[in-house]
Amino acid sequence: MTSPDETSRADDHAAGPAPARRQFSPLRMVRRYGLAVVTLSFLALFTGMVLAIIVANIFSRFFHFATLVELFHKPLVVAAMKLSAVTSLTTLGLVVVFCIPCGYALSRYRFLGHAVIDTIIDMPIVMPPLAIGVTLLVLFASPPGRWLGERMDAVGLDRNAAAGIVLCQFLLSAPFAIRAAKSAFEGVDRRLEDLALTLGCTRLQAFWKVALPMARGGVLAGCVMAWARAVGLYGPLMVFVGCVRGKSEVLPNTIYLEVSTGGIEVALAATMVMIAMAGAALVLIHAVAGSKRWWGI
Amino acid sequence: MIDAIDICLTAGKFQLRKASLHVRAGEYFVLMGRTGSGKTLLLQCICGLLHPSAGRIAIAGRDVTGLDPRDRNLGYMPQDTGLFPHLGVWRNITFSLRARGVRRGEAVRLAMPLVEMLGIEPLLDRDCRDLSGGEKQKVALARALACRPNALLLDEPVSALDEPARAEVCAELRRVQQALNLSVIHVCHSLAEAAIADRVGVIDDGQVQQTGPLRQLRENPATKAVARLMAVGERRQ
Repeated sequence: MTSPDETSRADDHAAGPAPARRQFSPLRMVRRYGLAVVTLSFLALFTGMVLAIIVANIFSRFFHFATLVELFHKPLVVAAMKLSAVTSLTTLGLVVVFCIPCGYALSRYRFLGHAVIDTIIDMPIVMPPLAIGVTLLVLFASPPGRWLGERMDAVGLDRNAAAGIVLCQFLLSAPFAIRAAKSAFEGVDRRLEDLALTLGCTRLQAFWKVALPMARGGVLAGCVMAWARAVGLYGPLMVFVGCVRGKSEVLPNTIYLEVSTGGIEVALAATMVMIAMAGAALVLIHAVAGSKRWWGI
Repeated sequence: MIDAIDICLTAGKFQLRKASLHVRAGEYFVLMGRTGSGKTLLLQCICGLLHPSAGRIAIAGRDVTGLDPRDRNLGYMPQDTGLFPHLGVWRNITFSLRARGVRRGEAVRLAMPLVEMLGIEPLLDRDCRDLSGGEKQKVALARALACRPNALLLDEPVSALDEPARAEVCAELRRVQQALNLSVIHVCHSLAEAAIADRVGVIDDGQVQQTGPLRQLRENPATKAVARLMAVGERRQ
């Protein structure tokens, strides 16, 4: 027989020894939290820098809310805003029509010259924007370019106004959309599209009903990125289209012209408009990219 | 009902070499074979996802060899169910009807008896990503059957499930097949699954080696490959 004390000890043993209290170790703390602390610090530093730039502009002595309001009453600036909106939205339309199918084709089909085309598409991303403006200028000065320019003139597309701006914007922003669309479609399991075929879809229906909705986030983010690039374009436009007030002046040109003529207040107000547009585009990217809780955890 | 005659297909280094199969109307046919023996390729040829370089496929006497998958009207259920993650359960089930231009209300009305038969009413408002393995199989089955297919092709439908769920889903498949008097080709590599079949076929190295009742294949295997597969299956059981 066992005594009550022995039984108690046996129960203690069955329950196992009490877990040893681990002593505080700075090295362990660094190993556990060091990476998080360092990376989060860098993140906070960079975010702080971006916010500081915006806040410094808002509170600078050059920025007046009245100037911002006045901006919307200056006919030339309003014309520049309108031209910016019209050209960038036209570019966005072209990007949607051309770049989504291009991204899909690159992700789904392997053909002769696939790698070469894939590389060429990235060229406008890595080339200096100003260089693209120069190449367009040279192209339109060559015989084929002159022929193309004449055809454009014949149908009322002015190379030195909106049509030229759209051409420039499209060339520089399309690669972003193609690249984003390609990555997004690569993330969609092709077998699901095949399955849609067995469920009664045509290839086109499988694209519309399965591939595109599943790639929606990446595709939309790419389109918004392309639009943001288009609306902020400046250098190549100055080279290829030029800047005639009221004819080929877009908002970034306004900022440059105002700074050149000492109108820093107006330039800053126009900058604020562009920052607001960029902010709206970013909100849109996050909202449509499917991260419903983008504002928090 | 389903006739695949002398199907030849090259996929990388693998070849289907004059693979032939005959499945009768209302028959539950299990196609067995080792991994890489050509089961899935043959199934994809029958449903039209792959086009054979030679041979002929007929469904209910109609030659469908050159037709697109949508014109063959076959239900196909892949190994991983292939539910569309961007659609809810209801929209997955009615997908094939909507793709054929049936209006939403009509599609729901047509799919409802199937939903009731499979007992998946509680799942209808759920997100496909939240379903268990067995629930996903039932939803995928409902989706494959929604457009009243001529036959149902199942590619290892229970291989991703645990043992009790496998038995349950297999029993459900058999029940549904009998209720709808449907021809079924069920691809697997397990004798336990083959036990529910009317007839079993064994494919090896791109050729159908033997077809017949499971008992016949066990007792009189026509080739070494069939004998080996039966022996391995019995050891596993």
